[in-house]
Parts: sequence; structure tokens; C-alpha cells
Amino acid sequence: MWKNFPLFPERASAWAWQVDGLYFLLVAVSAFFTLLIFALIFFFAVKYRRSVHPHAVQIEGSLPLELTWTLIPLGISMVFFAWGSLIYFQQARPPKDAMEVYAVAKQWMWKFEYEGGQRDINELHLPVGRDVKMIMSSQDVIHSFYVPAFRIKADVLPGRFTTTWFRPTKTGTYHLFCAEYCGTEHSGMIGQVIVMEPAAYQAWMSGGSSTGTLASNGQQLFQQLGCSTCHRFDTQGRGPNLAGVFGKPVMLDDGRTVVADENYLRESILNPGAKVVSGFKPIMPTFQGQVSEENLMALVAYVKSLAQPQGKGTDGNEAAAPGASNTQ
Amino acid sequence: MATAVQTVERENYLNANYGIKSWLLTTDHKRIAMLYLISITAMFWIGGFFAMMIRLELLTPAGDLVSSDTYNKLFTMHGIVMVFFFLIPSVPAVLGNFLIPLMVGAKDLAFPRVNLLSWYLYMAGGITALTAMVTGGVDTGWTFYTPFSTTYSNTHVIGAAVGIFIAGFSSILTGLNFIITIHRMRAPGMTWRRLPLFCWSNYAAALIMVLGTPVIAITLLLVAFERAFHIGVFNPQLGGDPLLFQHLFWFYSHPAVYIMILPGMGVISEIVTCFSRKRVFGYEFVALASIAIAVLGFLVWAHHMFVAGISVYAALVFSLLSYLVAIPSAVKVFNWTATMYKGSIRYNTPMLYAFGFIGLFTVGGLTGVFLASLGIDVHVTDTYFVVAHFHYVMVGGMVMAYMAGLHFWWPKMTGRMYPEGWAKLSALLVFVGFNTTFFPQFILGYMGSPRRYHAYPPEFQVLNVLSTAGSSILAVGYVLPMIYFLWSLRYGEPAPPNPWNAVGLEWMTSSPPPTHNFDETPVVTWEAYDYENQPQEEVTIGH
Amino acid sequence: MATSDIQVAEHALQHHFADMEQQRETSTFGMWMFLLTEIMFFGGLFCVYLVYRAAYYTAFVEGSQKMNIWLGATNTAVLICSSLTMALGVRAAQMAKPKLMIALLLITILFGLGFLGIKGIEYHEHWVNHEFPGPNFHFVTGDPEHPATDAQHTEIYFSLYWAMTGLHALHMIIGVGLVLWIVLAGMRGAFTPHYYNPVENVGLYWHFVDLVWIYLFPLLYLISKKHGG
Repeated sequence: MWKNFPLFPERASAWAWQVDGLYFLLVAVSAFFTLLIFALIFFFAVKYRRSVHPHAVQIEGSLPLELTWTLIPLGISMVFFAWGSLIYFQQARPPKDAMEVYAVAKQWMWKFEYEGGQRDINELHLPVGRDVKMIMSSQDVIHSFYVPAFRIKADVLPGRFTTTWFRPTKTGTYHLFCAEYCGTEHSGMIGQVIVMEPAAYQAWMSGGSSTGTLASNGQQLFQQLGCSTCHRFDTQGRGPNLAGVFGKPVMLDDGRTVVADENYLRESILNPGAKVVSGFKPIMPTFQGQVSEENLMALVAYVKSLAQPQGKGTDGNEAAAPGASNTQ
Repeated sequence: MATAVQTVERENYLNANYGIKSWLLTTDHKRIAMLYLISITAMFWIGGFFAMMIRLELLTPAGDLVSSDTYNKLFTMHGIVMVFFFLIPSVPAVLGNFLIPLMVGAKDLAFPRVNLLSWYLYMAGGITALTAMVTGGVDTGWTFYTPFSTTYSNTHVIGAAVGIFIAGFSSILTGLNFIITIHRMRAPGMTWRRLPLFCWSNYAAALIMVLGTPVIAITLLLVAFERAFHIGVFNPQLGGDPLLFQHLFWFYSHPAVYIMILPGMGVISEIVTCFSRKRVFGYEFVALASIAIAVLGFLVWAHHMFVAGISVYAALVFSLLSYLVAIPSAVKVFNWTATMYKGSIRYNTPMLYAFGFIGLFTVGGLTGVFLASLGIDVHVTDTYFVVAHFHYVMVGGMVMAYMAGLHFWWPKMTGRMYPEGWAKLSALLVFVGFNTTFFPQFILGYMGSPRRYHAYPPEFQVLNVLSTAGSSILAVGYVLPMIYFLWSLRYGEPAPPNPWNAVGLEWMTSSPPPTHNFDETPVVTWEAYDYENQPQEEVTIGH
Repeated sequence: MATSDIQVAEHALQHHFADMEQQRETSTFGMWMFLLTEIMFFGGLFCVYLVYRAAYYTAFVEGSQKMNIWLGATNTAVLICSSLTMALGVRAAQMAKPKLMIALLLITILFGLGFLGIKGIEYHEHWVNHEFPGPNFHFVTGDPEHPATDAQHTEIYFSLYWAMTGLHALHMIIGVGLVLWIVLAGMRGAFTPHYYNPVENVGLYWHFVDLVWIYLFPLLYLISKKHGG
């Protein structure tokens, strides 16, 4: 619609039509009230102008009117609040079986890593119709991952993972913008999201990675950095057994319980003293400064892939089996 | 036909003393207001120059007029100058300082020497910030987000932050002065319910100034400390939280926008009532709405952070509260409109600006409602939609109110009338130029055009060109008043005490007023805006 | 004597006030309002402190152990005494005892300078122990048996320590200056039982700065090892 004078970007994600629908409702209601005020002012200014209406009628006010024009806008607002919140709630809950793409933002480029180990710079290849969860962090300052066609945006922070998700519904190539000012080439930190038919996507994927999957890279790092020394897969380790830990609650030594999400794993690597697991000593050294953002993501992907002890791989994640007798 | 010019000029605050010392060491609130008028006008043109450079660059999709770093400095400095050195002080420091003592029937503000100190702090802060800008610039955005501002930027962040810090104390002291003046210096008979709404609005704004500004002061101080001494509370590598900065920053900077708009709304109340010759409809509701805006304004700051990484539940709370804060503003718009019903409307320039304000503030305010809606905000935050929204409320709203107030009280402040024909033309140019500049930006924003972009994809060019074209019309609309206001100081018709036949204590003394404001302390026995009993003589000047 | 007291008061009446009572009430209100802004100013810092203490409690405990509790407690006592002498000084002004007022305020200044001196000693200690944030920061617990668990985040604790106590010390210096101004004005006979409002207002400011320290001391020096405290 409106090819020569577009008013909104292409709708390429599952909820783009909801966002646009809410937007157009807001436009309609706003236009109504704006025109109403403009019309009333114009009408009163003309009808009651000095030359034809020299004596003003003093009217103090009217409680019923005040209540009306307080409560009606309040009611209308609540509709917008509810609808907007519903959309936001959906955006905050990625489905469990979404495919995951890791993104590292840095001044001034986007680096993407797929579970299969492929890497992309400033281009994001996605299959149409599948849920995609982005797990992102920044190497330096705050950036923001913005795809107008999908109607999503999420800031990318240093020191923390942030996530967002979407389901592309239309093949094509769409703008990717950095939407949080980040320095000199902020406006150059743009890229493309390329949504492909499943067959084309498979073909692209198999062109893939020479270095193995993200999780297997993580496994190598786990060995190289000496993590496996303490984090054994039995009860003998000086550190907790990490099999199946992801997504489960963890009890800490000060009585708190936290859920082991991506940020917990990240913090445990970079600042282990902040949350010490109950029953263990605070002896884990920090790896701050020794692991890059990409390494962190690989390690996190690896830990996520670890099945429950006794081989109970519950959620279909690739159970990169640590090997029955793999001790170090 | 020339009006008879008095051969002996009455003594007033302008001619009571001569010489630069009598101005730089004055404690007369009216002279201090004039000092502010000069410095604030200078700041407006500096900020406007930066704006012009931005719009020129954005004529073409490529970044070809200035370098990326220069562009980043331009939008940062435009924001800092306009927000901290123009919008926040403008109506309070110029019109508030001049009028509040007059409107309450006092001889001066509660603390005249503190008032002068406020101006010196403003100048010191302004010069510090401008020095930082001239000797290399700042490129962090007026929002100073960390860790870019603390660790990665190579520009004069400390200078700019310190300049804003100093100017913040100017704002705090002005607010303090206003609150205490309105509480303690009212003339006999001037009860709270007889106060002009301009006083109510400035009182509400002053509450925010006093409570909110110290928070940004400490926040920017911490940024400066981090850059200077490596006291790293915002550095993620040390465990600092960049979101903490955002919370602290917006805790002030959101209420700050109400500091900007509330005094403007006060001006509009005064003008609508005078040029409709009617008491403002629902006086108590308008007064209380000002207080409600001030209170609720402190509870919504994280709506600037919906995509920043806050929790879903926090976002819900702030979204809900953001809807609530819009309601008192809507109430005011309806009340002003209802004031015109069965009034007797005159089309003098102040009233034309008031019409513009009501319409454009409505658009700006309603687009704020778009942003309060979480699902929409995710798409349009950090795009030109937000830029358009805040320019509608700040320029279409606040600057128009400032212009309205300058025109309305110009005769009182200077003793001269401005030329009405030219003034009406300027108002029209401002209205047309403004809408042409900023309405296309709503569309750009929804299309996905991000803000703070030096270069943009080619499909956004048409709307950008339209926007720049509008800005040139807008600029003319602002240049003309500069010229004719200056012209009027020498050649404008001398003004009588009450050229508009308005109701209010400030109109019951001469134009310009004597230094001590009133020859005798007024005793107030009438209700606010008692137009019923105000004679409706023909206005002979400036029809 | 009474006549000249009133003359002094009348001379002090500013032109825009109707009478001394209005001037006094207004200026006291002004000082309270100013102190409210100071609460918001320090409040921002306290907010930062609370957020990071919750996030990095272990580091805060470890940082706090490096504080010298005895010097801190002494300073607390010094400030409390100074508030006492300040309050008594205001009372002396009210009771038409200008010489007593000046003496008490001079003692207040001495206490204030004493506080700053002790603070200076503490700062020196921390400085030579590399406990100032920046490239030279290096935290050790001082107990080889128990190395730091969360050394990295102690830099944030110390950043807050220096920022909060530094800002407080700045306010103390300003306070000493204000009390000195009152002493000098008092020596010129500016204050009488009919006009001593400036003394009261400076007293209010002094008490406020004291109160800030009363919060700072436990928050920075007395962090308990047990979390949840």
C-alpha cells in the first residue's frame, strides 16, 4: 500500500500487524481529539469574536464537565495501556523452542553467531516462519538492536546479556539499525536482516562454519581455560556440577535462590564472588579480562547444552555429551 | 497618528539608575529578569544555530556537510543549550522573575540577593558549557549515557557536565525563591484561591526545580568524577551498572520537561482569560492540575527506558503512570477551550500564539500517549517519532507560550508596544514553519528512521527535505520578533499601564513599573480574573 | 540597651519585608527549603550506594573492614559535640549574651576543623594503601589468611566512600566558613535578641551536615558480615 509515499515499514513479523493496528487506532483517536480541539477553538474564536459578541458571559466552571473530560480520556487511555502491554508481554516471553542467535555489538558493527557456529558481520540470515531469540551483549558502550520491519527493538548492554525474540513471516531483506547513540559511526552501524525460505536457509547454513558449533567451541574453551578442573560432572569437583544447571533455581550461600539464566552464567564467569553456590567455597578465580564477549557466548551456549545428570536431556537441546569418562 | 509623547519620563525601574554597575549589582527582580532575557535570547540563537546546521546536513542522505564527529557534537550541543540553558530557565527566569512579585502584590521576591546569585550562576554555567563547546565540543548526546560518556568519549564531557551542574543551582535557587515568595509575600487579601494561575503554574514548576534538580546535579558530578578521578560507579568493567545512570538521569530529566511546560501553561491561562474577557473555566481544576502534573511527573521516568533492559513489571507500572500524567494536561486543554465559550475574543498576537499552543500542545501531548503504550514505544523509541513528539510539546508548546508571554507583557516590561501587524505575521510563519518542520518527522519515525543519525537510507530523503524547508520558515518567524522587539524599544508606541484591559495586580501599576512596584501595597478584595467588573473600554493601541 | 537592640533589628529589616517577623519567617522557611534540596542531592548518592550494596554485599563488607572505626567514631562524637555547641550558641544569641555566643561558635569551628583534620588522616591512610579508585587501585584485605572474595567490586565501594565523604567534607568546609561569618558579624554587634535569625539558619545548616554524617558513619564503617543486615 502507498508504495510511493509509505507511512509504515513492511510488516515482516508475527506481531507487526498488532503494533500497526494499535498505532492506527491511536492515530484515529488522536486525530479525532486534535480536530475537535482545533474546530472548537476556531468555532469559538469566530462565533464569539469581539465585534459580534462584545460581552462575555462569566461561567465559573462545571463539575460534571470536568469529570467527563477527566474520566473519558482516562478510560480511553486504559484501552491503549492494555493493548500495548499485551504486545509487550508477548515480546518479553520467547518460546522455549526458539532458535537462538547470539549477537555481539561493538563500535560500530554487529557480529552474529549462530548455534551451528556460523558467523555473520552486519548481516543476519534467518529462516522464515521460525521463532528466533536474540541473546546479545556489547563489547563497549550501549547499542540497540532495531529492525523496523519486525517492530522490535532492544538495547544491547555491556556487562550483561539482553534478549529479544520475533518470528519473521515474510521473506525479504530488511533494515537493521543501531538505535542507541554509540559514538562516531553510530549511523554507520547498520546492516541487513535477510529472511529466506527454509530451503535457501539450509543451503546457506551448510556453507557454514569451519570451527564447529557454538556449543562445541564452548566445550573447547571450557577445557582450555581450566574450568573442567573444578567443574566436574561428578560430585568430586571443587565447583558445582554444571550438567542441567541452566534454567533451574540455584541456592546460594547467603540463603537467596536465583534462577541460572544466561546472565547468571555470565556473572559466574566474570565475578564469581558475587553469588556463591551454597555448600561451596568462594575460591573460583575471575575470568574478567580473559574472555571476550564471543567466548562468553560460546561458554554459555555450551553450559546450556549440557543435559541433566544421568542423561536426561529434557528439552531437545543438543546434549553435547561431555563423555562418560571425561575428567581432567 | 502619533500619540502624544510625554516630555518628562516617569521614574521607573529602567531609568531609576544608570550605569553598568547598577545593572550587574542590582537586586531588583525586574532588572534581573531583563538580564536573563538578554542571556536567554543569546542561548536561543546559539542553540538555533546548531539546529540549522543539523537540518542542513540532513538535506542529503549521505553525511557530506560535516564529519560524523562534528554532527554528533552538533546535536549534543543543540540539546544541551536548548534544554538546560533555554527551555528550563526561559519563562520562570524572565517572566516569572518579573511578574511573580507584581502578581502577588509584593515589592520583590523573598530573597533578592539570591535572585541575583541565580543569574550569576546561570552565566557561569553557561559560559563554562559554551567554552567546552567552543574548545572542542561534546558528543555524548544531551543524555550523557554511560559508559560512552564516562569512558569512551574523547570530548569535553567534564566541561559540559560542570556547566550544567552550575546552572542547575541557578534553577534550584530560582525555584526556592518562587516557592517562598508565593507562600510568604502575598499582599493582604491575596488568598491562594485568588492567585493568578501563572503563579500556580510557576509554583508547581518550582517544586520540581527544587526537588529534582539536585539529583541530576549529583549524577553529572559522578560522571565528571568518573572521567577525572576514575571513581567508577558507572563503569561496567568494574561492575558498574549503565542502567543506574539512566534511572538517576531520567529521575530529574523527565520532571524537567514539566519544569519547562508548566510555566508556559501558566502564561496561556493568563492570555486566554484576558483575550476572552472571562475567568478561566474551572479555575480550581486548572490550579490543581498543575500540582498533579508536578507530583505525577516524578513517577514516570522509566518510560524512557522501556527497551533499555528493565523488567516487564517495572515497564507496566511506568506505562500506567505515564497515562495518568497525561490526564491533567488534557483537563487544562479542555478548560482553556471552554474558557473561550461565550467569551469575547480578541485576536491580538498573544492570543494567536495561545491558539497555536493549545492546538500544537494537544498534538504533542497525544503523541506522548503513543509513547506511553509499550507495544508502540518498542517500535518508535529512539526514532524521529520521539524527536517530533518532544519538539511539538517544547517548540510548538513551550516556545510558543514564551513568545505569547513576551508579547503580552512586553508593554509592561518595557513601556512600549510592539508592532501588531508584524507580530501577527511572525506568529503565522512560526505556526506554518513549525508544522512543516516537525510533522514529517512523525512519519519518518514510524518508518524506522533512527534519531541521532548523521547519514540515513535514501528512502527517507523526501521527508527530510520537507522538514528542512519548514525549518527555514520557522527561522524567519523567530528572526522577525528579534528585530521588531529591538525596534520597539526606541520607536514603539508608549504603553499605558493596562493596554489589554486585563485583570491582575501587575496591570495596576505603571508600564514600566517603578522599582518598588507599587506606590502603596495593594489590598485585594476581588476574585481572580474578575472580568465581570472590569471595564471593557475600547483598546486604542495595538488592535 | 533595649533601644539600641531594636535599632539594630530595624536596621537589619530589608526593604521588601513588611516587618521583622515576616523577614524572619521567610528566611527560616528558605533555609529549610534549601536543606530539602540538599537531602535530594545527597539522596542521589545514597541511592547509588544502596543499589550497589545490594548487588555486591561481599565487596562492601570487605571494603568496610578497611575503615578505621575508632577514627570514624571519634569524628562522630566530635560532630555531635559541635552540634551541641552550635545549638547553645544560638541560645546565647537569643539570651542577649553575645560574648558567650562567640565563644561557643568558635568552639564549634574548632570541632569542625578537628573533624576535617581526622578525616585528612584517614584519607592519607587510604591513599597510601592504594585505596583510591583508578589505575593505582589495589585492594588487599590486610589479612593473609583471608584474601578478598570480591576484590574487583571493592573499587565501587571505595568510589562511593570517597565521593560521599568528600562531598560531606566540602559541606563541612562551607559550614565552617558560614559559622566564621556569623562570629565576625557577632563581633560587630550585629545580633540581638530581636535579630539573630542568621545564627539560627546557620545552625540549621550545621545540624544538617552533622545529620548526614550520622548516616554515613554506619553505612560506610559498620557494615555487618551478615547479609540481610
